[in-house]
Amino acid sequence: MRKAILYLEDGTYFVGTSLSTQGTSAGEVVFNTAMSGYQEILTDPSYAGQIVTMTYPLIGNYGVNEEDVESNNVHVKGFVVKEFCRHHSNFRATQSLIDYLDEHNIIAIEGIDTRALTRQLRVKGAMRGLISTEEFDLDKLAAKMKDVPSMEGADWVKEVTTSKKYIWSNDDDDSKKKYKVAAIDCGIKFNILRILTKLGCEVHVFPAQASIDEIMSIKPDGVFVSNGPGDPSAVTYAVDTVRQCFGKLPVFGICLGHQIVGQALNGKTFKLKFGHHGANHPVQDLLDKRIGITSQNHGFCVDIESLNKDEVEMIDINLNDQTLEGLRHKKMPILSFQHHPEAAPGPHDAMYLFDYFIEMMESGRS
Amino acid sequence: MPKRTDIKKILLLGSGPIVIGQACEFDYSGTQACKALREEGYEIVLANSNPATIMTDPEFADHTYIEPLTPEYIAAIIEKERPCAVLPTLGGQTALNLAMNLYEDGTLKKYNVEMLGANYDVIKKAEDRHCFREAMLKIGMDIPRSAVAYNMEEAKKAAKEIGFPLIIRPSFTLGGTGGGFANDMEELERIAALGIESSLNNEILIEESIFGWKEYELEVMRDHKDNVVIVCSIENLDPMGVHTGDSITVAPSQTLTDREYQVMRNASLEIIREIGVETGGSNIQFAINPENGRMIVIEMNPRVSRSSALASKATGFPIAKFAAMLAVGYTLDEIQNDITKETPACFEPAIDYIVVKAPRFTFEKFPEAKDILGVQMKSVGETMAIGRTFKEALQKALRGLEIGHVGFDNKWNFRDLTDEKVRWRLEEPNASRIFYVKYALQKGWSIEKIAEISRIDIWFIFQMKQIFDLENEIVDTFRKEKNVPDNLLRKAKEYGFSDVQLAQIMETDELQVRNLRKSKNIIATFKLVDTCAAEFEAYTPYFYSTYEAEDEARIQIEKLTSQYKQPKKKIMILGGGPNRIGQGIEFDYCCVHASFALKDMGFEAIMVNSNPETVSTDYDISDRLYFEPLTFEDVMNIIDVEQPDGVIVQFGGQTPLNLASRLHEAGVPIIGTSVLSIELAENRQKFSELINKLELVQPANGSAVSIDEVAGIANQVGYPVLVRPSYVLGGRAMKIVYDEKKLLSFMDEVKEASQGHPILIDKFIEDAIEVDVDAISDGEETFVAGIMEHIENAGIHSGDSACTIPPPTISEDLIAKIKKDTCRIAKELKVIGLINIQFAVKGRRIFVLEVNPRASRTSPFVSKATGIPLAKIAAQIMAGKKLSEFSLSYEKIQNLKHVSVKESVLPFSRFSGVDIVLGPEMKSTGEVMGIGKTYGEAYAKSQICANSALPQKGQVFVSVKDEDKRAVVLIAKKLMDLGFKVVSTRGTAKVLRSSDVDVTEVARYDQGQQIKENLMTLLKNSEIDLIINTPSGESSQYDMRSIRAAAILHAIPCITTLQGAWAAVNGMEAIRQEKITVQSLQEYYKQGEGSSCAV
Repeated sequence: MRKAILYLEDGTYFVGTSLSTQGTSAGEVVFNTAMSGYQEILTDPSYAGQIVTMTYPLIGNYGVNEEDVESNNVHVKGFVVKEFCRHHSNFRATQSLIDYLDEHNIIAIEGIDTRALTRQLRVKGAMRGLISTEEFDLDKLAAKMKDVPSMEGADWVKEVTTSKKYIWSNDDDDSKKKYKVAAIDCGIKFNILRILTKLGCEVHVFPAQASIDEIMSIKPDGVFVSNGPGDPSAVTYAVDTVRQCFGKLPVFGICLGHQIVGQALNGKTFKLKFGHHGANHPVQDLLDKRIGITSQNHGFCVDIESLNKDEVEMIDINLNDQTLEGLRHKKMPILSFQHHPEAAPGPHDAMYLFDYFIEMMESGRS
Repeated sequence: MPKRTDIKKILLLGSGPIVIGQACEFDYSGTQACKALREEGYEIVLANSNPATIMTDPEFADHTYIEPLTPEYIAAIIEKERPCAVLPTLGGQTALNLAMNLYEDGTLKKYNVEMLGANYDVIKKAEDRHCFREAMLKIGMDIPRSAVAYNMEEAKKAAKEIGFPLIIRPSFTLGGTGGGFANDMEELERIAALGIESSLNNEILIEESIFGWKEYELEVMRDHKDNVVIVCSIENLDPMGVHTGDSITVAPSQTLTDREYQVMRNASLEIIREIGVETGGSNIQFAINPENGRMIVIEMNPRVSRSSALASKATGFPIAKFAAMLAVGYTLDEIQNDITKETPACFEPAIDYIVVKAPRFTFEKFPEAKDILGVQMKSVGETMAIGRTFKEALQKALRGLEIGHVGFDNKWNFRDLTDEKVRWRLEEPNASRIFYVKYALQKGWSIEKIAEISRIDIWFIFQMKQIFDLENEIVDTFRKEKNVPDNLLRKAKEYGFSDVQLAQIMETDELQVRNLRKSKNIIATFKLVDTCAAEFEAYTPYFYSTYEAEDEARIQIEKLTSQYKQPKKKIMILGGGPNRIGQGIEFDYCCVHASFALKDMGFEAIMVNSNPETVSTDYDISDRLYFEPLTFEDVMNIIDVEQPDGVIVQFGGQTPLNLASRLHEAGVPIIGTSVLSIELAENRQKFSELINKLELVQPANGSAVSIDEVAGIANQVGYPVLVRPSYVLGGRAMKIVYDEKKLLSFMDEVKEASQGHPILIDKFIEDAIEVDVDAISDGEETFVAGIMEHIENAGIHSGDSACTIPPPTISEDLIAKIKKDTCRIAKELKVIGLINIQFAVKGRRIFVLEVNPRASRTSPFVSKATGIPLAKIAAQIMAGKKLSEFSLSYEKIQNLKHVSVKESVLPFSRFSGVDIVLGPEMKSTGEVMGIGKTYGEAYAKSQICANSALPQKGQVFVSVKDEDKRAVVLIAKKLMDLGFKVVSTRGTAKVLRSSDVDVTEVARYDQGQQIKENLMTLLKNSEIDLIINTPSGESSQYDMRSIRAAAILHAIPCITTLQGAWAAVNGMEAIRQEKITVQSLQEYYKQGEGSSCAV
């Protein structure tokens, strides 16, 4: 166990200890309020470039396992918790969280007042931060902070997208697939792939830089634009590709994919103060007025006002802060959601939204 | 859609007396509902038989009926009030069953009353085992293999098919009465018989045992637009096999991955939809096989419950309040989250702390009962603790229980316990199992071994091991260095160690540790319970302590102070902690009233309590709520932050009183009656001096510490004597003994209970009438608000005794003398606030038995009977007002046209093998109130309320001790006049026959060769409708035990004193003469010509 420090760009710092990898790591510090699902969060590519603090104080209770991963890697830049559990318990567990983090070279800090940190982030907004187990001189840390890039304008997608195209397959499923989906991988979560495949899709995963021709070459029934990290404004190549898909194919986007769709529809995105990261956000479906509790993980948001009301309608809204949660095009088969219908972690209330994508592809055929 | 406007008047059903399995959590839910619905403009009719509740205060409803919760009486209320709807989902199982009855007997249809929240079909589907199973199978849920049985034949057949071990659960009961595990046919027969008996429809479920599986609960809410949210998940530390009310439970769930949790969440959504609960809260229980994750649905409650009260306090999400609002048409998104004020109630709370609930047992009150836990609930209360780690929350909960443990500590020396005993106490669930985990760790057992034996998840055992390891580290360090370094001290506090625990290790006292750590800046910080893990700004001031960097209480207090033009004075009220026999809802009632009164006067009211069931721990009662154990350390931590101008200790029962002198010594400004006066009343010698000075009489007495001295005093004052420890409430370890031998055999128990304080010995005055007096004093003037005459003789604890306002048999001049004596005692003690005095009246002589300068258990009863809000007035007086500022007059009380009877409710049916006899040690869990125009009517109603309705015809068994034999003749004659047949055993029969009473003589037991009938058989065949049995002083008690046990089993009212018998006869006469009449408190007070004073 070694002393560790979490240093924020406003000069605030928290001293704790580190059990896993030693060193120094930098990123944007965000908090997540989900009470379970740390393994999914750690492996979610959308967290690339971020240091994640969990507001729930006991982390690692049920260990880690082979199944609950959202990608093949751990993407967070650092992990901040109140207390790591030293002895997990769950029938599926294969490894302790501490060992897992160590194996993936993730610097983690524990033993700090994560609620105070969360309050700080709420009041001042998401900030850049450094976790270090080797440098404790505040001036030197402040100097280092200058080199840490801002999240705004940063293209993290290129760090996490697949290097080459592949077809996803679920372990337990070799049934005949009805639809061919081209998925633009901006940092796609495995659970999206699992669900689409289960719903009868053969999912071809493309690098985010894929051109429209590459996509069209597989003759897909629809295009899926995935979640991912960073600022949508930096992913101009994906925005262009998606724009070219409009009118040709049904398009379905989630999270960053939704923001990309929004930009492709000439909407604007802005950065939220401290983002939405959790599993308890109420979202109302404006079509049938039903409310679902959703999983959320985004720092940027599509500005409702920037969208052309004659073409685009708002179909989902966040009841906490009235931000846009879902849109659809009035004439073309374009649909996208800011929240995560695939959950993992979080409630499954919005999972039915994938059916809409299937329906769009189905009616696109006829 | 906004609220409904087609309904105007709503009947809300309460849950009746506090019983095991149904406690003050339903006062909390009912009070919330009353408040919410009245704010929405609905006219509320409230029915509840429990006078100690806050909801039955006349200001909480438009029409408050303290009447029996039976279909007949509720029908009468409906007929009179004509409500549009009834809300039955906030009054526990009692209200639910009542609504079902009213539906089935056609009352609801007849008066066109709609059921809100859950309708008949929904309740039936959720509560009827068979219907529930069908519903679960329909939606593909996994459930245990099982069968339903209505008689023994069916039960045995089912057992053979499913295979042992089995679990037996009766339908339509509360708290799992009558259920249990069966490992073989013999056990099955015994448990099934009880189950069939205790089920309302004689139905039991026999199912595959899932003993030892992990147990979970989810609290679910749904609105009429089918929006569903999960408020909280709860994981039980004690695995399946222990009633969830008796389990240590933890929120949120700890050992579920998100995948598993979401499967459970999805199942909950499907279940609430399939069962069809339209609006409101429900609780769904699951079991998970720890080996493979197989998840089984256990049961669902389509109403708010104990767990929902816990979940509300654990998350800050007020389930009952929202359930009431949803019932009248709101949807979750239309309701604002009170705490954040900017987000809607349609969300799922995120919590950033760990909540541990621990049950409080009172097996010490029932020494004959084993402290073994099973599917039938045994605990009488609970405490909740919040911490930033599980370890901290667990240790806080254990010290918050107030059972002599100061944390996960070492009450006994593990070396004195055999391995076998530790193994057995870990294996068989029992009230102190958690501490056996500690002993096992001390014995060096591995966590794997402990988990295997106890079936407690290893996650919990490991957490406890961490506490144990840290303790060892501190012990070793201290041994080597005679000092504990700062980092270790801080870590100990983060792990929840109390200063007392550390003092034990560091061979010093609590205060030294406190000062030491304060000097090192290791001080408690306070965090907010805000429903959202700090994601949004929170406005509701609900705090818990922990050892962290940031203190949000200080931040909030500073902010508030800067906003006030003139700083508000602060008064802190110390609550009563977990409910127990002798200290329950009555004291919470007083605390809540104090808070209301102080807020009205412009003070900031600060509440401290650790009981999640209560109204006082509702975060919108006081200006600030601290959810903390009521120990010196925890209270002082709050005082350090708050710096209150006054602290009230006289409302929360014995718990805060026990802290009074130490707080006083620490310089805490205790307001009201001084600590010196409180101590004077408890100090035997000083008290005797006071009585002598006032030329009053008390029974001959003395106090002593050693056994020899005690025996000496007993001889001196003469047997029988009343022996008891000082500084306890509820008559703990209190007994009347008739000779030295019995005295000596009782000494161990009384010595343990007195914990070094002197033991008190009083001459016991036999056959005296006991009188309880509640009064308010401002130090100069005293107002006597209630004089209650007990129905049982002196010698039965006042908490167990029925009593009456006004006193029916005490003459005017004696009452005048009692009042005068009360005023003189109050003045001499300089009482500021409430005072309770117990007198014994024998002939013309008045003895002072006991003086308690504090709120008493009867304060709420007196308030309800007279309309005078005692606790409110007392709180204002403590805050500086004078009695003359209130328009109180005794004449107004005398003008009241009604009689009020308080009756106690006893838990004997929960503890098999325990003798049902009342004595100086309190055994009742709750109380009810009967109000009527005559004494007889009020008494009869009180008996119906207490679920021991007096019979209107049939046979009465009469058997009395020799001294009562002459007096019982008149009673027997009256019974004959009322058309009852009298049955007696030989002695009593002989006396009755000689006085021309037509009596049938029976034997006590089946004596084989004799032909004449025997009592046990008659009882079994339900051929006896009432028992009048006065046990003679000390002997022949044992003989009557089985008779009284049978009476309980068959729910036959059993009266054990002559006064009680007289009251019963009057009552039966009253029922016969009058038809059912109901009247609201508001009407009663009006008839007394505005006797209730506005405060």
